[in-house]
Amino acid sequence: MLALFYIFIIVAIGVSFWQITRIMNFRSVIASDQDNAKQGKYSIYFLVFLYAMMIYCLIFMNVIMLPESASFEGEHDDNLFNISFWLIGIVQFLIQFLIFFFTFKYRGNKDRKAKFYADSHKLEAIWTITPAIVLVVLIGYGLWQWNNVMDLSNVKDPVIIEVYSQQFRWEARYAGEDNILGLGNVNYIKGINTMGVNMSDQNSQDDKQVTELYLPKGRKIHFKFRSQDVLHSAYMPHFRAQMNCVPGMVTEFGFTPKYTTEEMRLKPEVIEKTNGINKIRMAKGEDPYEFNFLLLCNKICGASHYNMQMKITVVEQDEYDRWIAEQPTLASVIK
Amino acid sequence: MSEHHHKETFVTKYIFTQDHKMISKQFLVTGMFMGIIAVFISMLFRMQIAWPEKSFTIFEAFLGPHQTDGVMNPDIYLALVTIHGTIMVFFVLTAGLSGTFSNLLIPLQIGARDMASGFMNMISYWLFFLSSVIMVISLFVEAGPASAGWTIYPPLSALPQAIPGSGMGMTLWLVSMAIFIASSLIGALNYIVTILNLRTKGMTMTRLPLTMWAFFVTAIIGVVSFPVLLSAALLLVFDRSFGTSFYLSDIFISGEVLHYQGGSPVLYEHLFWFLGHPEVYIVLLPALGITSEIISTNSRKPIFGYRAMIGSILAIAFLSTIVWGHHMFISGMNPFLGSVFTFTTLLIAIPSAVKAFNYITTLWKGNLQLNPAMLFSIGLVSTFVTGGLTGLVLGDSALDINIHDTYFVVAHFHLVMGVSAIFGMYAGIYHWFPKMYGRMMNKTLGYWHFWITIICAYGVFWPMHFVGLAGLPRRYYSNTNFPMFDDLLQINVVITIFALVGGIGQIIFLANFFISMYRGQKATQNPWRSNTLEWTTPVEHIHGNWPGKIPEVHRWAYDYSKRVDPKDDDSDYLHGEDFVLQTTPLLEGEEPS
Repeated sequence: MLALFYIFIIVAIGVSFWQITRIMNFRSVIASDQDNAKQGKYSIYFLVFLYAMMIYCLIFMNVIMLPESASFEGEHDDNLFNISFWLIGIVQFLIQFLIFFFTFKYRGNKDRKAKFYADSHKLEAIWTITPAIVLVVLIGYGLWQWNNVMDLSNVKDPVIIEVYSQQFRWEARYAGEDNILGLGNVNYIKGINTMGVNMSDQNSQDDKQVTELYLPKGRKIHFKFRSQDVLHSAYMPHFRAQMNCVPGMVTEFGFTPKYTTEEMRLKPEVIEKTNGINKIRMAKGEDPYEFNFLLLCNKICGASHYNMQMKITVVEQDEYDRWIAEQPTLASVIK
Repeated sequence: MSEHHHKETFVTKYIFTQDHKMISKQFLVTGMFMGIIAVFISMLFRMQIAWPEKSFTIFEAFLGPHQTDGVMNPDIYLALVTIHGTIMVFFVLTAGLSGTFSNLLIPLQIGARDMASGFMNMISYWLFFLSSVIMVISLFVEAGPASAGWTIYPPLSALPQAIPGSGMGMTLWLVSMAIFIASSLIGALNYIVTILNLRTKGMTMTRLPLTMWAFFVTAIIGVVSFPVLLSAALLLVFDRSFGTSFYLSDIFISGEVLHYQGGSPVLYEHLFWFLGHPEVYIVLLPALGITSEIISTNSRKPIFGYRAMIGSILAIAFLSTIVWGHHMFISGMNPFLGSVFTFTTLLIAIPSAVKAFNYITTLWKGNLQLNPAMLFSIGLVSTFVTGGLTGLVLGDSALDINIHDTYFVVAHFHLVMGVSAIFGMYAGIYHWFPKMYGRMMNKTLGYWHFWITIICAYGVFWPMHFVGLAGLPRRYYSNTNFPMFDDLLQINVVITIFALVGGIGQIIFLANFFISMYRGQKATQNPWRSNTLEWTTPVEHIHGNWPGKIPEVHRWAYDYSKRVDPKDDDSDYLHGEDFVLQTTPLLEGEEPS
């Protein structure tokens, strides 16, 4: 097999060099008027190809994209994204048209004379000031939304959860009755105390360690992230949420779930995407897929980076209360 | 220098040469060699993404111990991604692009006999060569080459327990990069001194071609930012080898607590991106400079808004040093800093927009000579706009939260700095090949090369935006473990096919390059009928560039199609032809442009 492969490579290289040397014998080097006409025409063909591809992707790839934000904070993200995307989309279509249309329209020939046009302060002012005004809007909205997401100081009665990353696994800890997380440090890692919780801290006793996240709908979730070994990044795409987990420090992020998992599964765009996926899975003879929120690792962290995930389930408050009550406290698990 | 011709041996002429023209060719060929490796690597990992867990003979042939029965291992996947990024960014697009054309063009376009220090120039090349050799050697280390991503964030890059590539592979990476930085700094200092001091009579700063401005500002950015990367790498070496804790703290790995206390990886991220972001412009500005020159020459029109172009280069350079935090919005740094960096980042859109519009206005009502170099320049403007626009999304911290480190980012930076800069490099090679080798490159092959490359570039990177918007993180060895990404596989197959065709298509260029070197048509002195000084030198290279006195400059570089009556587009050319060499004195009563 390997020998065949080498032979194939050698033959391919040989044939291509033979063809190329043939073309090299046409010793034309500078574009003639015929070349200009031809390449100008090709640039219009290319413009058509580019437009077709851009439009095809914009229309038919909608179905694969993430569904609408499942957190209240993410709504503005979607909004801002749509504004930006429409804006850059329009500019993109216009400018690509200008570039390749001009290439065609002003293709050179012997009878043409180029216009000597070196400067125009008016034009330059226009395309300095227009982007500047547009940017003021984008920056303003963006910064407002950024503060919106990152400011966790005035939250009333949040659910506090610590998300803990290690090669190649996620764990989490709920703050329990007192809603205060006990201290943690890698020095306390021992046996089943895999998150390194300091058990002599009073606040640790009622903490609850889990391997799957349950979130109540409509309440602010205040995440605190720690990492055990290298950088990881907790990425929850459906909630428009992401934060790095950094060894040696605690990072924070917060959002409020808007839909339960069940509600999300009933959304038309989710149903459509799920159906698309299941068609592919059926063809390969795999189990059908059911929509779930996920937390995945989004910072290169080692060999199994591609397999670090944790399931997130969003439920109504009463179901959440039932679930959290069933979880054992750390004090009862770690003796 | 030209007065006393001393006898040259093979060694002083081709190896330890101090002639800037030969050094530029050395940079080019070394950069191309590294580029072949990097493109080949990218084809390998694209195959893995499209056909995960499939056995390929080509993996068996090239990956040695890092595959099992022709299936790629996850470790080597990360290593390949890392090495592809490192080689492309530093070895091809920094040294290969800037090193080649700064060396070739600076003395020729400003009217100097050679660089300010030919010796330092030689040292610069040989340090680059040494660092390339070390980087290539690192590919053959038993545990695999560096695999922590081209940004080599610690602790992953600091701890061999975390990933095998962080052992000897990472050591060699750091050594190679340290030498590379030395080479780059020596080169940059030389470029700055040469442009400031060795301009010929009449060549004021405001008469410099835009290529010179681009290379000059690039060199300044390099001198400002590369030392910071060196210090980042040095501290990482300390952490790895001498037990310090600059970047590491509270780590439990392989069943034990490590002794590191009090450091932070965020410090490394700041130091790295203080180079990392300006690096984008170190890569891009020379390509834009080359494009300015080629678009103007081939449109037979002056570049539109010469002073605005200089202003935007300077603005981009200044802003580039205060935006690095946009790579770190979600790194855990203070959110207030995120606001500041969002603001400064989005400001870069303004000078970039000015540049793009000025190029398009230069095309307007031109007499476009669609040579391969011109097509690549037009392609650059196109990919620069496509990639630049998505920067408005990524630079906005509120939006970056959701698409950070997904394939959207990969698509964005490949278009705006990867493809654009490579197009600039190709444009430069097609345009100045006659100056380098005294022969012309074949036009037909050039056209084939251009259309295949631009179609494949868009075919790869346009759909990739949508893969990113579907939430797929980058650097995933395979996404078969996530049923939610199953519907992306077909798109990935299409992308890979475009990538393979595009990669293999570069053979056309290589063949054209090497065959033309020996068999191409002999060049005339000024084949593109251009204004700049390099086309007043003889075709055959001589030491000192001009046989007699260095020519004197009387005008700017862009007097294309200047008319008798400036208001009448139908009037005759003022100088009888549609170009006027910079050495031509002003006619009586002629207004300088």
